[in-house]
Amino acid sequence: MLELRNLSFGVKDDNDKKEIIKNINFTFDDSKFFVITGPNGGGKSTLARLIAGIEKPTAGQIFFDGIDITDKSITERANLGISFAFQQPVRFKGIKVRDLIRLAARDEITIAKACDYLSEVGLCARDYINRDVDASLSGGELKRIEIATVIARGTKLSVFDEPEAGIDLWSFSNLIRIFERMHKEQHNSVIIISHQERILNVADEIIVIREGKIEAHGKKDEILPELLKDTDSCRFYTEEQ
Amino acid sequence: MDEIQMDLLEKVAGLHELPTGAYNIRANGEKAGRNVTDNIDIVSKEDKPGIDIIIKPGTKNENVHIPVVVSESGLQDMVYNDFLIGEGADVTIIAGCGIHNGGDEESRHDGIHTFYVGKGAKVKYVEKHYGEGDGSGARVMNPTTIVKMEEDSHMEMETTQIKGVDSTDRITEAVLKEGATLVINEKLMTHGKQYAKTSFQVDLDGDGSSTNVVSRSVAKDDSSQLFLAKINGNARCSGHSECDAIIMGNARISAIPEITANNLDASLIHEAAIGKIAGDQIIKLMTLGLTEEEAEAQIISGFLK
Repeated sequence: MLELRNLSFGVKDDNDKKEIIKNINFTFDDSKFFVITGPNGGGKSTLARLIAGIEKPTAGQIFFDGIDITDKSITERANLGISFAFQQPVRFKGIKVRDLIRLAARDEITIAKACDYLSEVGLCARDYINRDVDASLSGGELKRIEIATVIARGTKLSVFDEPEAGIDLWSFSNLIRIFERMHKEQHNSVIIISHQERILNVADEIIVIREGKIEAHGKKDEILPELLKDTDSCRFYTEEQ
Repeated sequence: MDEIQMDLLEKVAGLHELPTGAYNIRANGEKAGRNVTDNIDIVSKEDKPGIDIIIKPGTKNENVHIPVVVSESGLQDMVYNDFLIGEGADVTIIAGCGIHNGGDEESRHDGIHTFYVGKGAKVKYVEKHYGEGDGSGARVMNPTTIVKMEEDSHMEMETTQIKGVDSTDRITEAVLKEGATLVINEKLMTHGKQYAKTSFQVDLDGDGSSTNVVSRSVAKDDSSQLFLAKINGNARCSGHSECDAIIMGNARISAIPEITANNLDASLIHEAAIGKIAGDQIIKLMTLGLTEEEAEAQIISGFLK
């Protein structure tokens, strides 16, 4: 269980102080699939980074399974069971796909097992396992490898920051299937930052964040129809174009 | 050979015992072992220290090991080794130098290696440099490599200096005739107060000749490095040099690439990049459960692999 208590985060910009997360209180229950959505710049990614420990809150606390993790490092949180998939995956010179997956699995896993994780994200394992995680991979390929590292960790909580960004249409259904399976099989909690209707559709609960605050929260069936109603006018406008 | 020397031999040449095939082992400035084969002869020079390694034309799939170990503090060793590689041969040469300095005087091994690569011959040259020992005496290695490549010959050099060499001045010079190819991959790491200078000069004299000079290096602590790469395109040729470096602590690195086209059909490229480890790389590995130090070590070992 992950609990955010009076969580705030701000940055100083010259003499200007900007509040990005404003006193958020929320409890993410175990074994549920949450999707956080909302307009760009609303603080979604910042919230994900606060949970992973990449950013430190300016006020408030974060509890994970009853432990106060507010002052714990990224490494400590990772070892307690929090995984994080970057919106823009990192490239490495000289680190191979299989090295990264082995590091993620924290185990001397076999090549066959590493390949399974790649297959799960729709990559032909044989073609990728020995490649460097560098500029030779496309954005979409990197993104899927990033997701594979989170799957390989298999932790109690996984946070994905816009997993659909950079993934082509063809792989998208595959991505949805991955999340459905993770949810069904692992009984772990998943938090996804997303704008995609099809990802929102897999959620147990949806949280809408706007201007650093939780604007709405509820079961998918309650929130999703409201969200789609808001976008109707835009869709109509796009079609008219 | 004693235990320290055997240990050095393993570090620089991966040898646990005497190799098969041709070899020449030099320990503390003396010949410590030699074997020749039907196709590969090794002869001591008479006018100066060093050996001639003579590889018959057409020799295929043979290896030559020529490791050097220095375990006597204060020893100043200098060798001249010539490699005469016959036409159409295809061989691997494994060189390496390990210094163990447990004393307070400077131990030093300088070598001038000259390669004459015959027409159509193919050579892979692997060289590893390593230093150890807790004495205050410096461990110094200054290797010079001169490569003369005949038509359609191919040479690949893999040189590594990962640890323990206090000062090094590496010089590599090559002249390529028609259709010859030279590929150089250098891996370098300095730490403490070490200094490393590495300079390459490749003259692409023949039409269709090409070279790729790639250096990856890491400078830690207070160490400093200087990388110089000069490629002269004197014919219809292609050349590429690349210096990719990671800087840490108070270290300093300079990269000075130089390319000169003396022919309209010369195509030359240089690239050089120096920077610290990207913060995102460390964060990503930390989200996988590695500590900051473990993440850093993983990134460096991958980079220099």
